[in-house]
Amino acid sequence: MAEISIRDALNQALDEEMARDERVFILGEEVGEYNGAYKVTRGLLDKYGVPRVLDTPIAELGFTGLAVGAATVGLRPVVEWMTFNFSLLALDQVINNAAKMRHMSGGQLSVPIVFRGPNGPAEYLSSQHSQALQSLYVHVPGLKVAAYATPYDAKGLLKTAIRDDNPVVLLESELAYAWTGEVPDEEYTIPLGKADVKREGSEVTLITYSKPVRMVMEAASELEKLGVDAEVVDLRSLRPLDEEAIYASVRKTNRAVVVDESWPVASFGSHVAWLISRNCFDMLDAQVELVSSEDVPMPYNHTLELAVQPSVEKIVAAAKRVLYME
Amino acid sequence: MAEVEVQTVKGVGKHKKEFLLPLLRQMQLIRRFEEKSAQMYGLRKIGGFCHLYNGQEAVAVGALSALDLTKDYVLTAYRDHGHAIAAGMDPKAVMAELYGKITGCSRGKGGSMHMFDAQRHFLGGNGIVGAQIPMATGVAFAQMYRQQVMDRKDTGVTLCFFGDGAIHQGAFHESLNLAAVWNLPAVYIVENNQFGMGTAVKRVSAVEDFEVKATGYRMPGITLDGMNVIAMHDGIKAAVAQVREDRTPVLIDAKTYRYKGHSMSDPAKYRSRDELEAYQEQDPILILKAVMSDAGMIDDEEYKQLDDEIRMIVQEAVDFAESSDEPELATMYEDIYV
Ligand SMILES: Cc1ncc(C[n+]2csc(CCOP(=O)(O)OP(=O)(O)O)c2C)c(N)n1
Ligand SMILES: [Mg+2]
Repeated sequence: MAEISIRDALNQALDEEMARDERVFILGEEVGEYNGAYKVTRGLLDKYGVPRVLDTPIAELGFTGLAVGAATVGLRPVVEWMTFNFSLLALDQVINNAAKMRHMSGGQLSVPIVFRGPNGPAEYLSSQHSQALQSLYVHVPGLKVAAYATPYDAKGLLKTAIRDDNPVVLLESELAYAWTGEVPDEEYTIPLGKADVKREGSEVTLITYSKPVRMVMEAASELEKLGVDAEVVDLRSLRPLDEEAIYASVRKTNRAVVVDESWPVASFGSHVAWLISRNCFDMLDAQVELVSSEDVPMPYNHTLELAVQPSVEKIVAAAKRVLYME
Repeated sequence: MAEVEVQTVKGVGKHKKEFLLPLLRQMQLIRRFEEKSAQMYGLRKIGGFCHLYNGQEAVAVGALSALDLTKDYVLTAYRDHGHAIAAGMDPKAVMAELYGKITGCSRGKGGSMHMFDAQRHFLGGNGIVGAQIPMATGVAFAQMYRQQVMDRKDTGVTLCFFGDGAIHQGAFHESLNLAAVWNLPAVYIVENNQFGMGTAVKRVSAVEDFEVKATGYRMPGITLDGMNVIAMHDGIKAAVAQVREDRTPVLIDAKTYRYKGHSMSDPAKYRSRDELEAYQEQDPILILKAVMSDAGMIDDEEYKQLDDEIRMIVQEAVDFAESSDEPELATMYEDIYV
């Protein structure tokens, strides 16, 4: 086991998959000579050269669509979006093409492609650059969507995504690239559609995914100080979703708090909360709570931007509400 | 298709001191403002992406000096402090925005990338590469519309700035075609500073001179020396006059260079010291100062005095930002709907 960062775990996954399969190539803005805006692709241009690592013009629609086309005839592109905010320019190619080719062709075509990059707020970036946009992607049948918050999950899920024959969208976060954790020396993959219980507990279930995982773990520690034994379920895969893992935990605790850093309206978090309300109705001892970002565009001012997002305090408060501890 | 005449400038051209001195002042103000921004960023008073304009001052100052912002409009990208100041915005409001204070031009909501001043017809400050180009085209459309449908006279032109990196976005190509087809009074200005982040133009562009892109959209394409404020002013003045007259768009390729990294976090290892120094030798401020001094319009004493005044203005902007209030938490729910 080595202790490495999420950034390096992703880099290893890309490197291993490129070495393993010559159909795998990477394209995006600054991924080559600059080694990636967030250094995830460091060293790969040197090792694999052009055209396996391609610096693109700033033309998200064009290069994403190009990758979709290449995937349709058997290559396995990994598209890096500098951030998900800019993926909005490519949304048409993802939703109308990547997600639809298999269906519209009656199963003749497949689009084995990975779209990845940092999603959600970082710091001091205002409204156009601080958006958690996963709900747009997870809304679309034909796409798979996953997220990671540890190096172990990052590496295992990226490798699986590259080998998957479907379009897979992977949510990363700028602030989490430097987070470290243990990764096995030997090869491994993690299946899509499998949640991971990051902390076992019996009194309340905290369900989350992506960057908030760490904050939710802190909230669980805070709750422990209050004598509350919280379980943390990291969904890891949003689509397909491991519903059974959610229900198994809620069956045990009878209380659920969903934490999702996107906006609350029509979000993935609100969908999960609805699933629990519907499918665990008889087991619930309290309403299901959703801790999301405030329903506002992100302000630049740092105090405001922190107040807009989920926090340990907000998560603890929500847990206390479902435990009737207020 | 009308050809726009561009005079080549030698020295101060036909210009008088009364005209040139304010240009020198503005460029100097932007330079000192940016130096101060970098310093305050280092002190963590400013956060996030902060893109400085050092080296490119002549582009915004020259171009905006050719406008009448009671009727003309300006849109630009996130490297916008210089344009904001050149549009006449108070450095205090710009610095306070960098500090995220409630007294900032965007009430601390926008930060470095999102300077706005609706009264001065300065419509941002856009963080998405190329996104201001269709919007600017729409502003020009409204100018055409008011003139044609609502019988207004002289509704102005729209200046749209964007980087060399933005020119490969569909937004650019779709916009230019629309502007040509519908005869819109737009002046598109590529601030060709040779790099989009760490990517040199030639690595991602089929052509390095963007003037040629105008041809495909049936409009004049003009190359200007973006390091020379007089050339910028004269070129844009002529282009704007033509656009006002003909109500048809123009594309300008302004050759310039940014001295700093892409943003505060970029060490800019992708270019050589020699290249940077070569450009710094044709620094827009030094050039103007030199030609003015050759023409007997300014001496070192007067320049020093001007610089002292400007340092004061910048310091006042910082003091203002420092002493301004943080926005109240409740303001997060404001400015979302009308
Ligand atoms: C649509 C979009 N893609 C990517 C980015 C990230 N990004 C910000 S600035 C930039 C480079 C732009 O270069 P250029 O247009 O030449 O402007 P300059 O920074 O040189 O002024 C990139 C890739 C973005 N903000 N928006
Ligand atoms: Mg540029």
